[in-house]
Amino acid sequence: MIHSLFLINCSGDIFLEKHWKSVVSQSVCDYFFEAQEKAIDVENVPPVISTPHHYLISIYRDKIFFVSVIQTEVPPLFVIEFLHRVADTFQDYFGECSETAIKDNVVIVYELLEEMLDNGFPLATESNILKELIKPPTILRSVVNSITGSSNVGDTLPTGQLSNIPWRRAGVKYTNNEAYFDVIEEIDAIIDKSGSTVFAEIQGVIDSCIKLSGMPDLSLSFMNPRLLDDVSFHPCIRFKRWESERVLSFIPPDGNFRLISYRVSSQNLVAIPVYVKHMISFKENTSSGRFDVTIGPKQNMGKTVEGVVMTVHMPKAVLNMNLTATQGSYTFDPVTKVLTWDVGKITPQKLPNLKGIVNLQSGAPKPEENPSLNIQFKIQQLAISGLKVNRLDMYGEKYKPFKGSSFVSDGEQEPKSLSSQNFT
Amino acid sequence: MRRGPCCWLETTMTDSKYFTTTKKGEIFELKAELNSDKKEKKKEAVKKVIASMTVGKDVSALFPDVVNCMQTDNLELKKLVYLYLMNYAKSQPDMAIMAVNTFVKDCEDPNPLIRALAVRTMGCIRVDKITEYLCEPLRKCLKDEDPYVRKTAAVCVAKLHDINAQLVEDQGFLDTLKDLISDSNPMVVANAVAALSEIAESHPSSNLLDLNPQSINKLLTALNECTEWGQIFILDCLANYMPKDDREAQSICERVTPRLSHANSAVVLSAVKVLMKFMEMLSKDLDYYGTLLKKLAPPLVTLLSAEPELQYVALRNINLIVQKRPEILKHEMKVFFVKYNDPIYVKLEKLDIMIRLASQANIAQVLAELKEYATEVDVDFVRKAVRAIGRCAIKVEQSAERCVSTLLDLIQTKVNYVVQEAIVVIKDIFRKYPNKYESVIATLCENLDSLDEPEARAAMIWIVGEYAERIDNADELLESFLEGFHDESTQVQLQLLTAIVKLFLKKPTETQELVQQVLSLATQDSDNPDLRDRGYIYWRLLSTDPVAAKEVVLAEKPLISEETDLIEPTLLDELICYIGTLASVYHKPPSAFVEGSRGVTHKSLLPRTGSNESVESPDTAPSGGPAADQPSVIPTQGDLLGDLLNLDLGPPVSGPPMATAPVQMGAVDLLGGGLDILMGGTGGSFTPAPNTAAPTNVGAPLGTGLGDLFDLTGGVGTLSGSYVAPKTVWLPAMKAKGLEISGTFSRQVGSISMDLVLTNKALQVMSDFAIQFNRNSFGLAPAAPLQVHAPLAPNQSVEISLPLNTVGSVMKMDPLNNLQVAVKNNIDVFYFSTLYPLHILFVEDGKMERQMFLATWKDIPNENETQFQIKDCSLNADAVSSKLQGSNIFTVAKRNVEGQDMLYQSLKLTNGIWVLAELRIQPSNPNLTLSLKCRAPEVSQYIYQAYETILKN
Repeated sequence: MIHSLFLINCSGDIFLEKHWKSVVSQSVCDYFFEAQEKAIDVENVPPVISTPHHYLISIYRDKIFFVSVIQTEVPPLFVIEFLHRVADTFQDYFGECSETAIKDNVVIVYELLEEMLDNGFPLATESNILKELIKPPTILRSVVNSITGSSNVGDTLPTGQLSNIPWRRAGVKYTNNEAYFDVIEEIDAIIDKSGSTVFAEIQGVIDSCIKLSGMPDLSLSFMNPRLLDDVSFHPCIRFKRWESERVLSFIPPDGNFRLISYRVSSQNLVAIPVYVKHMISFKENTSSGRFDVTIGPKQNMGKTVEGVVMTVHMPKAVLNMNLTATQGSYTFDPVTKVLTWDVGKITPQKLPNLKGIVNLQSGAPKPEENPSLNIQFKIQQLAISGLKVNRLDMYGEKYKPFKGSSFVSDGEQEPKSLSSQNFT
Repeated sequence: MRRGPCCWLETTMTDSKYFTTTKKGEIFELKAELNSDKKEKKKEAVKKVIASMTVGKDVSALFPDVVNCMQTDNLELKKLVYLYLMNYAKSQPDMAIMAVNTFVKDCEDPNPLIRALAVRTMGCIRVDKITEYLCEPLRKCLKDEDPYVRKTAAVCVAKLHDINAQLVEDQGFLDTLKDLISDSNPMVVANAVAALSEIAESHPSSNLLDLNPQSINKLLTALNECTEWGQIFILDCLANYMPKDDREAQSICERVTPRLSHANSAVVLSAVKVLMKFMEMLSKDLDYYGTLLKKLAPPLVTLLSAEPELQYVALRNINLIVQKRPEILKHEMKVFFVKYNDPIYVKLEKLDIMIRLASQANIAQVLAELKEYATEVDVDFVRKAVRAIGRCAIKVEQSAERCVSTLLDLIQTKVNYVVQEAIVVIKDIFRKYPNKYESVIATLCENLDSLDEPEARAAMIWIVGEYAERIDNADELLESFLEGFHDESTQVQLQLLTAIVKLFLKKPTETQELVQQVLSLATQDSDNPDLRDRGYIYWRLLSTDPVAAKEVVLAEKPLISEETDLIEPTLLDELICYIGTLASVYHKPPSAFVEGSRGVTHKSLLPRTGSNESVESPDTAPSGGPAADQPSVIPTQGDLLGDLLNLDLGPPVSGPPMATAPVQMGAVDLLGGGLDILMGGTGGSFTPAPNTAAPTNVGAPLGTGLGDLFDLTGGVGTLSGSYVAPKTVWLPAMKAKGLEISGTFSRQVGSISMDLVLTNKALQVMSDFAIQFNRNSFGLAPAAPLQVHAPLAPNQSVEISLPLNTVGSVMKMDPLNNLQVAVKNNIDVFYFSTLYPLHILFVEDGKMERQMFLATWKDIPNENETQFQIKDCSLNADAVSSKLQGSNIFTVAKRNVEGQDMLYQSLKLTNGIWVLAELRIQPSNPNLTLSLKCRAPEVSQYIYQAYETILKN
């Protein structure tokens, strides 16, 4: 199982280590540093590295490498999932998962790691249980603690750890009982230079914030559940009900959690809500080119497309760009060659446009790479897949909760090879 | 690399204040604070100590002071002290004893949280003295009324086992742990399974997780209720179970399927493993089989929307799954299209899977994508994309033309590495579709000068040599390479040598000088033995018999197969059992890389209904079953040699890897590897054990081929096989719906085979034969699939020699030489068991040195000696000796004592067991006395049987 954990920052400092079995020397990380050097880019460090006596399985989250050391055959996904859970827990406890936050709370971090893993076996990873065992730091509490001498370690047995619903603690009480569901969908599409969709799918999640007293038993139903091609459930959901009735029936954890994530693939896909008109060309033998891009909305059921940001990875030969935007602002980073255009809201009456001159390195051959455009946007109050919530019922408790659901569609499109060029 | 935590301002109310730099006397200050009367100060001090420990500072000097803080009611302080103890107890074992009493007391605490914490911490203190005291509290905790304590105690057993395995066994903790599998609480069950699995890993022989239908049922119930991590342990454990029939397999599958919708990807993948494994047992005609196939695709696709690290592991596993069952994901090509922001390791994996899924239906899309990738920035990725285009051409014949024109487009870009990569793959395309695309050679020749990588140069030279008659200035081109001959890499040198010889055979008049030049460069001026050897072969060939040379060198080459990098079927089956593990990431069986390979048992998809279908049925094996291609790959000796001499670029060749591995490297170590094989060495063999069937598969024809060339027959021909018993009926037709199997075992030149006669006594045609062995005492296993080429018509019989190896799973059988066999055909699966004569396991190098023999004889205790009588054998000593030698029983010494001949003999079994024998032959007495001495006396009886069989026949 998991032997040790090292936290390493981007400059290669090991700033925390934890061993669950015998101590493994820090020098084992040298193999990791070697791989990191070879990968050049931090994102490209391979997640599984073998060394003569150990295996290093790492994840990269929030500019921190979580490197775990294992010695025997352990499912790597198990380790990776667990590491992400550790990062999530830090995020949950400290508001951010950064080197500073971890150093500021090192004792809590250590206590958490101790509770999360025993002899390399996961012990308590549910945030509800952990919070009963170790209270998250708040400014108020640390002031109070330092005056009264009380601690942030709970001294009761975490009830959830024993029950059949480990994700919920007993005795929850709220004055305002509320349940919110956020449906967030993300389109992931690749569009070729002629504008036809090569590949598109929707990744959706339903994030919930449930603040209900007692042991509520909820069931959430959709108007069109067959839309979903594949679903991944929070453990609280009863799979049998979903199989037979397509209803999400569950006793929710307390607080924020991800209820389900789902995928809708292209067969069911509605049209992509924005389109792009583009003209990018480089002239032969001159060190300049033209750039002209317009973004417009397609049918989107009367909702506005907001938060539009376009990023373009320009060819290496591009020195700088002289552009004018009819709307929003643009930046071009001459080092990474990334053009970012923050468009904002699209109004159909006046389509945003960005055009101008591209300056190339003199003498460099005409670039062959076709820049790919990446467009991000948001549509409030619309699930792009067409998913609709039918109703939410609560059983088991008597009070009447406040219910709410919201929809956001995030888009991420990657139209490829927009410049239409001939190879000569 | 040390990272001193820097100075933190003390203004924040956070823990960073504990990171203030080490001042002189810091330890001293802490010591004072730890011994303070104020509780709060004590706690703060312990916190500071822990913080220092976290960043690797040595605070072990404070041990006694920290331990003093242990007896407290404050839970946090207690926990902190425990943390400290776990870290430093090892370095201060005597001091750690001080803590024992508190631990024992805490294990009795009314609060279950404290009890669990105490037993948990005690297990983490890796000090022998402490573990002695741990046993009693642990025993209590394993039976605690509170499940939280029980589940913690279960893990503690695993900890203790890691520290002192013997102690755990002596104290009977393993049995208690096994009982916990039936616990009422699912978390306890999960932890017990996890602990047992971990212990079992270091304890391969023990039958710790002996699963039966009842315990499986318990596990399946617990599966629904335990935590996600527990589910992973239980699923991994389930995967090791062998359901007794397809009904049971199906019912387990049904109960595991809901796990595919779990949010935790590790749970999903473990569930996939169970399903993939048990699916083997289900009949393909079953409706449920189809349903299951459909259910597997969506979760696999969903894994690809997770974090990149998860994607990577998922992709490595999907790579295995699409090889085993391509139908699962055949419609999901698009999800494997590369995204611009994927990390490079994800991109490369996706590319691999794209090619595996490429088919006529989607090839246009795939090619369009690949062409895009070939213009990306990352060099590795671009190279792989270009290579992928070539693989598509080879895989999907209809697309070959488009692939070639795409490659030509890419060559036009003149991007150096793209051009080189393209030339390498075009060479393969020529091999696959001869006389079709040679028109592009001119374009390739234009880029000759830009090639600077050995592989590309070698590929180009191969093309020039192969098509020398169509290239006007072939001699000039090759001559230009010859100038820097000694600076080239071996690969290029070898290729250049072959290409010029080819050229000479095609255009003898103009190129005589050139060929002499290259032969002298290769033989006289080179230090490389491979190169020299090949040079001499050509030289001799050309000088003795140019016609033969032409036949050998210019022989028609077998076509290369489409699927070049498929994992070998038996390995694939094994890897399928390891889905989700490190083995699946490395695509190697755990025995190949797990440290010390302790505790690794071979897993296989065996023995079950419909096994081997990956090899047999064309719809699952994408290449249509490489086994069937074998004869066309190695048709005759001449071609084999031709092969060796031509195909040393390591081009893809189909056929079972055992045959191809030596072929691919054959030319390079024609003498080295090839002859090693002849001499029974390990040479270029692909399989791990030298005594397997692999060498002979190729070794035999190679032997004669080379023998002819070099007159090296000495010693080779004399290795006649050992005694072969006549075939007996193993499976009567009555018991097997008309299929009669008779057979025998034989050993020839180091390889064991099972000679079978299959007779169809039914009225219908039989086909789709496959064979599997159950685990047996010596690990006998088929080295190749059972090949029955044509369906067996009624009243027809076919003789087959099935090569065996001894690398299969081992399980002691009773009797020792019992072999249980399952044979499948289109009608049903049949089981029978047979006894094999032990002498097929006697290896060729079983002759012991005299001194060694004497020493070993003395060394083996006398109680291991057994005596037997061989009756009615009227042979004299020499006849006995030579007869036995034929079956690899070697006479080490012969003595004449008081008129009787004493033969001292040795033999070695495939698993390395030596047996020493003393055979007393009295001239007047037809009965021989045999005394056997062996470290494993249980084999003696069977050795005696072997003696008797050999001598009496």
